[in-house]
Amino acid sequence: MNTIEREVDVLVIGGGTAGPMAAVKAKQANPALKVLLLEKAHVKRSGAISMGMDGLNNAVVPGFATPEQYVREITAANDGIVNQKTILAYAQNSYAMIEELDRWGVKFEKDETGDYAMRKVHHMGTYVLPMPEGHDIKKVLYRQLKKNRVEITNRLVATRLIVGEDGRIAGTFAFDCRTGDFHVVRAKSVVLACGAAGRLGLPASGYLFGTYENPTNAGDGYSMAYHAGAELSGIECFQINPLIKDYNGPACAYVTGPFGGYTTNSRGERFIECDYWSGQMMLEFQRELEGGNGPVFLKLDHLAEETISTIETILHTNERPSRGRFHAGRGTDYRERMVEMHISEIGLCSGHSASGVWVDENAATTVPGLFSAGDMACVPHNYMLGAFVYGHFAGVSAARHAQEHPHANVSSAQVDAERQRVWAPLLRESGLPPNQVEYKLRRMVNDYLQPPKVTRKMEIGLERFEAIRGDLDRLHARNPHELMRAMEVHAIRDCAEMAARASLYRTESRWGLYHARVDYPERNDAEWKVHVQLHKNAAGEMACFKRALEPYVIAMDQQEQAAYQKLRISTEAVPA
Amino acid sequence: MSFPTFSIAEQRSSVPVRIDEELCIADKGCTVCVDVCPLDVLAIDLSKGKAFMAFDECWYCMPCEKDCPTGAVHVDIPYLLR
Ligand SMILES: Cc1cc2nc3c(=O)[nH]c(=O)nc-3n(C[C@H](O)[C@H](O)[C@H](O)COP(=O)(O)OP(=O)(O)OC[C@H]3O[C@@H](n4cnc5c(N)ncnc54)[C@H](O)[C@@H]3O)c2cc1C
Ligand code: SF4
Ligand code: SF4
Repeated sequence: MNTIEREVDVLVIGGGTAGPMAAVKAKQANPALKVLLLEKAHVKRSGAISMGMDGLNNAVVPGFATPEQYVREITAANDGIVNQKTILAYAQNSYAMIEELDRWGVKFEKDETGDYAMRKVHHMGTYVLPMPEGHDIKKVLYRQLKKNRVEITNRLVATRLIVGEDGRIAGTFAFDCRTGDFHVVRAKSVVLACGAAGRLGLPASGYLFGTYENPTNAGDGYSMAYHAGAELSGIECFQINPLIKDYNGPACAYVTGPFGGYTTNSRGERFIECDYWSGQMMLEFQRELEGGNGPVFLKLDHLAEETISTIETILHTNERPSRGRFHAGRGTDYRERMVEMHISEIGLCSGHSASGVWVDENAATTVPGLFSAGDMACVPHNYMLGAFVYGHFAGVSAARHAQEHPHANVSSAQVDAERQRVWAPLLRESGLPPNQVEYKLRRMVNDYLQPPKVTRKMEIGLERFEAIRGDLDRLHARNPHELMRAMEVHAIRDCAEMAARASLYRTESRWGLYHARVDYPERNDAEWKVHVQLHKNAAGEMACFKRALEPYVIAMDQQEQAAYQKLRISTEAVPA
Repeated sequence: MSFPTFSIAEQRSSVPVRIDEELCIADKGCTVCVDVCPLDVLAIDLSKGKAFMAFDECWYCMPCEKDCPTGAVHVDIPYLLR
């Protein structure tokens, strides 16, 4: 196994959605820069949008919504805890991004007159733009990467960021998951776009890779940002999604809703007013699931044959195309039976919820030279279009930083220490298999962190995660592939500890199910209308602190603020 | 008498991805399915010149099946979820 060193100007880590956009935009900002896109899998098919996407969940299209309306909607949906400037920056740039993607060849649904065929799914405004023929999105991005001469390396797993002696970012360490070679990539600026922490909770099936998120996104990005000294935010605002029972595809109200499908209880009755995913919606979902009217179903059996076949074509060919096989195996036909639903394992993801690395409206983190975008950067409910828009911001910011700064100095001790940590599981003669340690860790995450959250349980969870830290030094990998799984266990453990500490710190309940604390059942705006930040403090310990909300740039009236509080249909009796 | 620090038992697992070896042209140099898999769980058996699933760590996302030039790949739902 060799050590391979390399020097670039701008390094983008993660070639899923935000990463390719950042790399293209950095190169377009200054074609003279050496821009490298480093990916754990293969850029052609990596990340959440590997097979395409069913639609844009949050498109701000003129004539349907204004950026100000969108900021109000998300401020309400995220219970007030947002840095509105970051959301406004997204909203103001989202339409230009749709038009650019359209020009690049991404297919969005249009009506007869050629206008975007917008659909209403959110509580207040209209923001969903379907893309039933969106299969080619990765191909389109790949073409742009080639056209703009971005350098690409596949199958390199980034493990830790390199921090220069002056505290500036200086690149990344990585290893090749096929050869085990150790890579030191020096850069003047870095964009982190490693997606969600999707392998945190264990799916109820027990299958480690049956997660909602693409399991390549194990939380590496969150862990790397933490160890580089960056502030993270909203970690306690977990991601939990309503999914098909035992199948990890969204059910998916966004696709079927506009066709007349909806979420019901076992009696076939609606119980929520709005299927847009929010913590409050998930809380009502969980109550119905566990109450006497459970479980919860997706109802389509009342729809016309023609409508159902259209839905099938979308749901069984795009985004999660194995869905049809799952239903066939269970003998479920949308025409005859409602589809049983369940809630997902927990994860960290700002794309759907709010957990991520703290960024400003230029995608800058709190570490000089480090930028972040996509699911792992804290811009609540950012989804796919947010990953593109912030990928754009991050690329431009990283290009500027690289122009203005030289490479930071790096101590050779840092390089030696990381190489030793990374190669250790391969060099050990025997030890614990990574899959077993991962299974136990994630089962503990379920046992102790799954909401509703209980203080004493989370404290015990922390003790278990601490014990598993000891097991990390006994992980054994028989080959570079197992080494990848071993290093992922390190990241998952960090994320589990972050999830427990941030959840314990916020002593109130907020965001419905995402942060429902049994011992602090009330929302407490007087003390907790703040961000909870998490970082590695001067003593090297994981610590939380409060960060005041920036004054809102878009005023909210009381009715708007409370819009997401009442999602249960009022004629229904609330189950005990 | 001393015990080894770690005793290991192998566990069997039925894997969800099947390759039709009649159709697979890995022996002619194809590696498409291996290249595109986000979890890196497919490999080429060099003695046979055929692709196979080396690790039971599948997201049943299907780029392997979709991108295979000869239609040799079939993705099932993993048994635990079926
Ligand atoms: C099943 C599903 C359905 C969805 N449906 C919709 C929808 O209909 N509409 C919508 O707007 N949004 C949807 N989303 C959300 C949207 O897809 C994401 O918000 C967006 O794609 C996130 O982009 P990203 O770049 O942050 O992450 P990704 O696109 O996942 O990219 C992360 C990349 O980082 C790489 N990586 C991870 N770790 C490392 C490492 N250590 N070193 C190097 N590389 C690494 C990964 O391989 C991956 O390529 C959906 C998500 C999922 C999972
Ligand atoms: S893509 Fe198809 S033909 Fe090529 S190696 Fe894989 S299974 Fe064989
Ligand atoms: S379905 Fe996806 S994860 Fe499974 S082998 Fe194919 S490409 Fe890999």
